[in-house]
Amino acid sequence: MKIPLKYTLRNFKSRRLTTAITVLGIALVVFVFAAVLMMAHGIQKTLVATGSQDNVIIARKSANGEISSIIVRSDYNTILTLPHIAKSSEGKPLISGETVVIINLPKRSGGLSNVCVRGVALEAFTLRPQVKIIEGRMFTAGAREIIVGSSIAKNFEGAGIGKTVEFGGNTWTIVGRFDGGGSAFDSEMWGDNDQLQDAFNRRGGYSTVTFKLDQPDAFNAFKAAFDREPRLQQFEPKPEQTFFAEQSENMTLFIRILGIFITIVFSFGSTIGAMITMYAAVANRTVEVGTLRALGFRRRSILSAFLSESLVIAFIGGVFGLLLASVLQFFSISMLNFQSFSELEFSFALSPSIIGWSMFFSLTMGLLGGFLPAVRAARLNIVNALRSA
Amino acid sequence: MPNTLIDIKNLFKSYWRDSIEIPVLNDITLEVHDGEFLALMGPSGSGKTTLLNLIAGIDRPSKGSLTVSGTNIADLGESALAKWRSQHVGFVFQFYNLLPVLTAFENVELPLLLTSLSKAERKKHVELVLDVVGLGDRMHHYPKQLSGGQEQRVAIARAIVTDPTLLVADEPTGDLDKHSAEEILVLLDRLNQEFKKTIVMVTHDPRAAERATIQRHLDKGELS
Ligand SMILES: Nc1ncnc2c1ncn2[C@@H]1O[C@H](COP(=O)(O)OP(=O)(O)OP(=O)(O)O)[C@@H](O)[C@H]1O
Ligand SMILES: [Mg+2]
Repeated sequence: MKIPLKYTLRNFKSRRLTTAITVLGIALVVFVFAAVLMMAHGIQKTLVATGSQDNVIIARKSANGEISSIIVRSDYNTILTLPHIAKSSEGKPLISGETVVIINLPKRSGGLSNVCVRGVALEAFTLRPQVKIIEGRMFTAGAREIIVGSSIAKNFEGAGIGKTVEFGGNTWTIVGRFDGGGSAFDSEMWGDNDQLQDAFNRRGGYSTVTFKLDQPDAFNAFKAAFDREPRLQQFEPKPEQTFFAEQSENMTLFIRILGIFITIVFSFGSTIGAMITMYAAVANRTVEVGTLRALGFRRRSILSAFLSESLVIAFIGGVFGLLLASVLQFFSISMLNFQSFSELEFSFALSPSIIGWSMFFSLTMGLLGGFLPAVRAARLNIVNALRSA
Repeated sequence: MPNTLIDIKNLFKSYWRDSIEIPVLNDITLEVHDGEFLALMGPSGSGKTTLLNLIAGIDRPSKGSLTVSGTNIADLGESALAKWRSQHVGFVFQFYNLLPVLTAFENVELPLLLTSLSKAERKKHVELVLDVVGLGDRMHHYPKQLSGGQEQRVAIARAIVTDPTLLVADEPTGDLDKHSAEEILVLLDRLNQEFKKTIVMVTHDPRAAERATIQRHLDKGELS
């Protein structure tokens, strides 16, 4: 029944080089596979971290991002009449009408990229407690001043404190740097909402409106009230976290599909590599197979011995590839999120499901590569196998 | 008269190559009794190995009947035959056929993995047979660390560890120097005399055949 596993494992030692090359081939494919999934997961994580559970963001229904949404003042005032908007201790509603525009800035790595500039009310900082000034100071209301997210300061030319940036026909002075706690806000510039509307001639309205719920679970009650308001029918409220998570959906889907497509193409190579290695192993051990069969081991023991051999190779390759990929967690990259049309910095993020899928993927390569050789070994005729000595 | 262990009647065996029938064994009739030591001799290509393989249950006759210890080999399916071999036959090959990645101990233990013996029982059995073949002190050596004669003794230990009724040996001394060959023959002799094993041995060497209790000759597939 059972051919001992040590037989399998020691056979690796007796042909170290081929085993190592096969393992490496599988490891590389698993590395690319895991890296792509980690990239998509990193983007998702960053955008999910951007929204809070108990904030609600209102945008135009047809808008697929903040920049294509417009909410005029009168509609904003209608929103203010709705229930479940939290109030500060002074009784002011915790709501921030925000204007989002996109500007071009030179990246340190070369070329121009889009940066999201967000005009905010002071309430925005109460709504997003994860955003904290870590250097310099807050912008002054009524001044052409901005503060920059930490990823902007890191990745863009001339985004340091004291520097000036030209946009909207004006010169803006950078007076502070903030940390967004790993959210997409890190990749934004924030300024006074009125100043921004002024500069971009948007006096008429906001892009989106974000407010805090008075109770964490009041969203459905709010939405019911919202839906009953005929003047707000072209808008849609969403939990902030959902809204931002959706901003990554197409992008991450695209990355995943592209990545999986590429790695499947690569995987043919390493599967065939595993197959060649296993065919060679069967050919080298034909007499051993004949002997084992003569001693009374069954075909299926031979099959599983060779199959487990290629699965062990694949397993080691998978673990190795994942180890390599996990190093990526220490790197973050900044690139254009084509869904929001603006720059986004994120880190590669590993998750249990990525580990699971990567191992599944590598074991599948081992199984496919090992299957035919194992079948050949199991089907060897005993007498012929023994004769091949 | 002791029991008939191997009973072959009008056995034919031919191989097919490119739809051409190659007759190898021609109307063989042979009886081997419990405790006998049979030497099969004959020129190259006369069918000795083929006959031995049939007796050992790793090949099937084309025609005729072949009964070994009461079992008609032709009646058994693939896995029943595998089980039967593991219980009844011990194999000794010309080139020893030890698994190079396993130690002497592990090689001898292999057939016991097909039994229900516990690890401790297996260890006892393995140590016992390695002592019988005089290699108790080489248990943890790998085949390549042993001489040819020692390898063949390990192979014999592997063949007897399950205490099978029948030992088949295909030119067991064919690859050995005179001295080692002599040791192997003494050992086989002892297994036959002392442990009452029935042995069927194929050999070219007349001195080896002298050890046997019966000698038979095959020529062009016919037994005489
Ligand atoms: N699987 C096979 N397919 C075709 N022909 C075979 C097969 N096995 C054996 N033969 C043929 O059968 C004949 C007898 O072979 P066998 O090995 O039994 O001879 P042998 O007496 O053992 O010879 P040797 O002394 O060389 O070992 C040979 O002509 C061989 O070529
Ligand atoms: Mg032969």
